[in-house]
Amino acid sequence: MLRQLALTATTLLTIATGAAFAAGGEGHIEDIDFSFEGPFGKFDQNQLQRGLKVYTEVCSGCHGLRYVPIRTLADEGGPGLPEDQVRAYAQERFVGDEGANPRLYDFNEGAARSLTENDFFPAVEAANAPDLSLMAKARAGFHGPYGTGINQFFKGMGGPEYIASILTGYTGEEKEEAGTIFYENTAFPGGWIAMAPPLYGEDVEFDDGHSNDLHHEAEDVAAFLMWTAEPKMMARKQAGFVGVLFLTIFAVLLYLTNKRLWANVKGKKRA
Amino acid sequence: MAGIPHDHYEPKSGAEQWLHRRLPIVGLLYDTLMIPTPKNLNWMWIWGIVLTFCLALQIITGIVLVMHYTPNTEMAFASIEHIMRNVNGGHMIRYLHMNGASLFFVAVYLHIFRGLYYGSYKEPREVTWIIGILIYVLMMGTAFMGYVLPWGQMSFWGATVITGLFGAIPLIGEPIQTLLLGGPAVDNATLNRFFSLHYLLPFVIAALVVVHIWAFHTTGNNNPTGVEVRRGSKAEAEKDTVPFWPYYVIKDLFALVLILAVFFAIVGFMPNYLGHPDNYIEANPLATPAHIVPEWYFLPFYAILRAFTADVWVVIIAETITGGIVDAKFFGVLAMFGAIAVMALTPWLDTSPVRSGRYRPKFKIFFWLLVADFIFLMWLGAMPAEEPYASLSLIGSAYWFAYFLVILPLLGVFEKPLPQPETIEADFEAHYGKSDAAAGSAAQTPAE
Repeated sequence: MLRQLALTATTLLTIATGAAFAAGGEGHIEDIDFSFEGPFGKFDQNQLQRGLKVYTEVCSGCHGLRYVPIRTLADEGGPGLPEDQVRAYAQERFVGDEGANPRLYDFNEGAARSLTENDFFPAVEAANAPDLSLMAKARAGFHGPYGTGINQFFKGMGGPEYIASILTGYTGEEKEEAGTIFYENTAFPGGWIAMAPPLYGEDVEFDDGHSNDLHHEAEDVAAFLMWTAEPKMMARKQAGFVGVLFLTIFAVLLYLTNKRLWANVKGKKRA
Repeated sequence: MAGIPHDHYEPKSGAEQWLHRRLPIVGLLYDTLMIPTPKNLNWMWIWGIVLTFCLALQIITGIVLVMHYTPNTEMAFASIEHIMRNVNGGHMIRYLHMNGASLFFVAVYLHIFRGLYYGSYKEPREVTWIIGILIYVLMMGTAFMGYVLPWGQMSFWGATVITGLFGAIPLIGEPIQTLLLGGPAVDNATLNRFFSLHYLLPFVIAALVVVHIWAFHTTGNNNPTGVEVRRGSKAEAEKDTVPFWPYYVIKDLFALVLILAVFFAIVGFMPNYLGHPDNYIEANPLATPAHIVPEWYFLPFYAILRAFTADVWVVIIAETITGGIVDAKFFGVLAMFGAIAVMALTPWLDTSPVRSGRYRPKFKIFFWLLVADFIFLMWLGAMPAEEPYASLSLIGSAYWFAYFLVILPLLGVFEKPLPQPETIEADFEAHYGKSDAAAGSAAQTPAE
């Protein structure tokens, strides 16, 4: 009875729950072995900094990061930029017009101002492009097999893989529909995406001389967007590890206490 | 507490006597903690403690979250991100609360299925059972409203679909729906009343939990044999029981800590596994998600809701007889609520005089089929509303109702139960041998 119900519990948790991710018409998502996957996975600080550069020089033309405070670029467990660099980074950014960014618009000056590190990344609403702050958590990469989501155990949650796959998934085909140009993309659900290919390879020069071919750029910016979506990931995993460790030790002690406590009541087990 | 004879609290010092004459609260706590508990309870009896813990966890984390959350359609989504990014430890508190709901439902389902297997709902524990079902229904309401608060896409569309169910009720449906929403559609008024109720209902649940415990402390716990504790005298009762403290406190605590270790691993390493990615997109009334899927713990009932489409013969019959008042949509709503209502009626639907499923060979088979059916329906609830899932959902729903309405009443008549042990003591000794202590008194007083 007990074992069967324990099994039931696990099945409840795995089979049925992940099934919530089931969706039709999926694109092909490539599995990428990111450094931050698994219980002990960590963000690669250099990769986050490269990803920031890709975002700044390419993505930020159309996409905002409205929930991310610029000061967090200095956070440990994030890109970890030195504070003066963060300040300089903020000052180079300007708020657009009032409509685009009422939160950041300076009503006294009545004009665009440059940002400070305490501001958020600007929300860019150009070209109908979605905000990228949470994109890595808002897209399911893997929900198989059979809609169970078990793949996430082995491949990671899949959001960053989705982003990287979209960026590298263009076939070069185009079509026009109702005045909009769609681009064929093997990763996008339905196969046709409205976003023109943003990266072609060698779009940015990395300071550390790291390879800037299309795949590396896509992976770097995907990692960066995982950080913007889950900036406290490393602290969370740390807390999780300490919690599991403590609770396991506590459980062992309680098991021994319980065994000893019941020894009088139970007597000797009959063979 | 009436019931099994046992030692009661005797105030000794002057101060104790002074308080006891005015407010016998120490006595109440003592009697609750020292309640004689059948000594053969197995590991399926731990879920009550897990559930109590979950309630406390949800209330405490919830109260902290409220300090930083803003129930306004313009700000709710951003305030969650504020909690995740700027509040000290906010990401952990929120993930604990989010996944705490899942742990709560894992525990409640195992608790309910334990009750169904061991016949815990049977005479004289019907009131305990009914209150339990009430708690479960309130839990579902609370969880549903809580899921709306982050104001993501699934929050918004889930709220739209579920409140729409009430609109399917003839005549009174639309006023009820409007009342729930505070307007014609899900909007700021909806968010505000859901927030208010999401804060209120856990305290109603807490009160019902007290009554639930009071009820089964009056009747005494059920146990895996389903045989009652002997109550002829204190000495006799002590052969079948041990005091709750320390025996079950420590045992339950061990189980709880073990479960929490797994829970913490999920919170720490994969906190979004049980959530839906769409809820990280802010609610947009103009964009409907491809699939609107409720949280996993609603899926079995969601499958039942969707199973009864207009072309199913029972729906056609119902529609014809009632002259169209009961249409497919309303039938689905009735079926979904009916699926829970039949659970509440189990004490009167089960005709077998034998309480525990352990001694009911045929019942066992149907019971495990019911568990399988539940998981099957859960999977179906997450699948799109198309063939073959629609037909399979119908089969799954049919078995759910057949189990409660046909199988349970008939089994009691046709099944030949196995012999049950005379006493709990006999069952216990068959497992563990005679106690080390003198056979006369099995219940040991713990070393103080």
